[in-house]
Amino acid sequence: MRHLSLVAAFAVASWSCGTDSSKTKSANPGGAADSGAKAAAGADLTGAGATFPAIVYAKWIDTYATKTGVKINYQPIGSGGGIKQLQEQTVDFGASDAPMTDAEMAGAKGGPVMHIPMVGGVVAIAYNLSGVTQPIKLTPGLLADIFAGKLTKWSDSRIAAANPGLKLPATDILVVHRSEGSGTTYIFSDYLSSVSPAWKASPGKGKELQWPVGLGAKGNDGVAAQVKSTPGAVGYVELAYAKQNNLSTALLQNADGKFVAPTAEAATNAVQEAAAKLPANTDYRISIVNSPGATSYPISSLTWLLIYKKQPDAAKAKKLTDFIRWALQEGGPQASALDYAPLPKPVVDKLVARLDSLSGTGSTP
Amino acid sequence: MTEVSIGARVTSQPTPVTTARIEGSSVGDRIYRGTTTFFALIIPILLCLIAWEVFAAGWPALSKFGLAFFTESHWDAVKGVFGAAPAIYGTIVSSIIALLIATPLAVGVAIFLSEFAPAWVRQPVAFFVDLLAAIPSVVYGLWGILVLVPFLRDTVMAFIRDDLHLGGLPIFAGPAYGPSMLAAGVILAIMCLPYISAVTREVLLAVPRSQREAALALGATRWEMIWDAVLPYARSGIIGGIILGLGRALGETMAVTMVIGNRHEISASLFQPGYTMASQIANEFSEATTDLHVSALMAVGAGLFIVTVIVNVIARWLVWRTGRLQGT
Repeated sequence: MRHLSLVAAFAVASWSCGTDSSKTKSANPGGAADSGAKAAAGADLTGAGATFPAIVYAKWIDTYATKTGVKINYQPIGSGGGIKQLQEQTVDFGASDAPMTDAEMAGAKGGPVMHIPMVGGVVAIAYNLSGVTQPIKLTPGLLADIFAGKLTKWSDSRIAAANPGLKLPATDILVVHRSEGSGTTYIFSDYLSSVSPAWKASPGKGKELQWPVGLGAKGNDGVAAQVKSTPGAVGYVELAYAKQNNLSTALLQNADGKFVAPTAEAATNAVQEAAAKLPANTDYRISIVNSPGATSYPISSLTWLLIYKKQPDAAKAKKLTDFIRWALQEGGPQASALDYAPLPKPVVDKLVARLDSLSGTGSTP
Repeated sequence: MTEVSIGARVTSQPTPVTTARIEGSSVGDRIYRGTTTFFALIIPILLCLIAWEVFAAGWPALSKFGLAFFTESHWDAVKGVFGAAPAIYGTIVSSIIALLIATPLAVGVAIFLSEFAPAWVRQPVAFFVDLLAAIPSVVYGLWGILVLVPFLRDTVMAFIRDDLHLGGLPIFAGPAYGPSMLAAGVILAIMCLPYISAVTREVLLAVPRSQREAALALGATRWEMIWDAVLPYARSGIIGGIILGLGRALGETMAVTMVIGNRHEISASLFQPGYTMASQIANEFSEATTDLHVSALMAVGAGLFIVTVIVNVIARWLVWRTGRLQGT
């Protein structure tokens, strides 16, 4: 009997260690790179990073492989992991939902990093209000106050004022946010910080916040499931998840004062409007939330591929730039079929010109 | 399975005479001895290395915030302020809820299976209870979101609130959204039940027949026989089983994070969302960008390590004490 409990005690210790170490391994960029290198033994290019565009990247990579035979291995390990792996030069390209900060750029071991926006995303405000058939309209101020916990009932007179003719129930508002660090949270808080000085002061913008109210759910699907199952819930999710779960989504008031529904086209419009204002020498580390333009959806985002300006291997550099060029020019229809916002043609043209300059100069080791 | 006092156990250790004989014999024996010693040492060395690694990685956060890291409730990655108290609280409370629910159930199942059930019932029921341990935790989590949480919200919480009128008590206070400390405790209870019941069942089956016969011969009813003769005899083994279940509960990540609500806040109410250390690490590690954030998460891991060690020490002490009480 004694040895039994001894075994038990040991099992307790080794279990909790096991949990820790496996988490460390799966999340540690170094560890992931090792396993990735094995998995990608047959791949021509390896990349790692953001989970949000992983679906469209996988589609592009698959189509491109059938077309050209070039095999690319992309590991959706998260934007932070993608940046770390790029800094350590363990991948050929990184991917991130948030542009690298100057400090992160300085930490890159392979020199200057080029940001290439690949596709736009739409963060929808999904809610669960039974009996409300028309989409509700929200102003930036209302949205910030809801997520800051300053508005607690759907029947609040301020919400009613923005929705004349709509009868809203006296249900409690339940805010649902992401529990894990996430690019979606970054985009959403970036937007709220840009429209609300109070939000900017606290909690601010980041991949993970100290939320004033609400509960955390894991992943876009977790937030969607929570909103779907809880009357009165409201949360932010990528458009595709709101659609798949048949969630009602709010119309948001954009910078021009118009109420716009979350659609891929509205995000493309936002990219177009934001890009039109960029200087010629932009590095594309830009935020496109709260873009001007009557048809722009305010919580639109870009997601970037990150590559070194100086490519160590000329053959790889060509394969990489060829793929990116192809994805930008030909990948639009596949992206919109998956509820991503393809970049508008003028932006694509500028990006392709940048890529050409890179492949011309970057072949020296 | 003879119960002897701790003193007797010490004297019954292998005597040095045996060791001397091994050392004196052939090369093969020495190689064999060296190899087994090496393998035996791997596990403790590994444990020490993991502990060292976790503490070293967590040190920047621990030295910056000091003891406040374990007592403060602020966890703000944007401002770089970290305090792990809500996660520590959540880990302990959710595990306690789990054990409170699982222990009576599991011991009851084990008693039924070992003492009452005919053989043709025992085998299949034991099989199904053990099967609970084989279900992946993410499946438990999904079931938790889709079935358990709505059930708790609409039936259990509503009953406690509206029919029993206990909403005024601090432990049932606040709005009931579903994802909560209670939901985490219930799902953990289901997950650690098979461990406790499997160990308890085996321990009860190992209680000598003579123990039961003696109790019955003295005129005990069946219930008295189990309660007074069998269970005390098996006590240290049952505690071992509970500790095994507790280990499962403390370290569980996926299922908990899917139902607990992931709110970094200490609330007395079981209906409110909370957080656990394991789920916090799992949630935040991949997107932790600043070094301090990563270090804080490693420090949470170190905290989990400490909690585990404390639990183990208490467990060993309990087992040792019950063993001694019975032996003397």
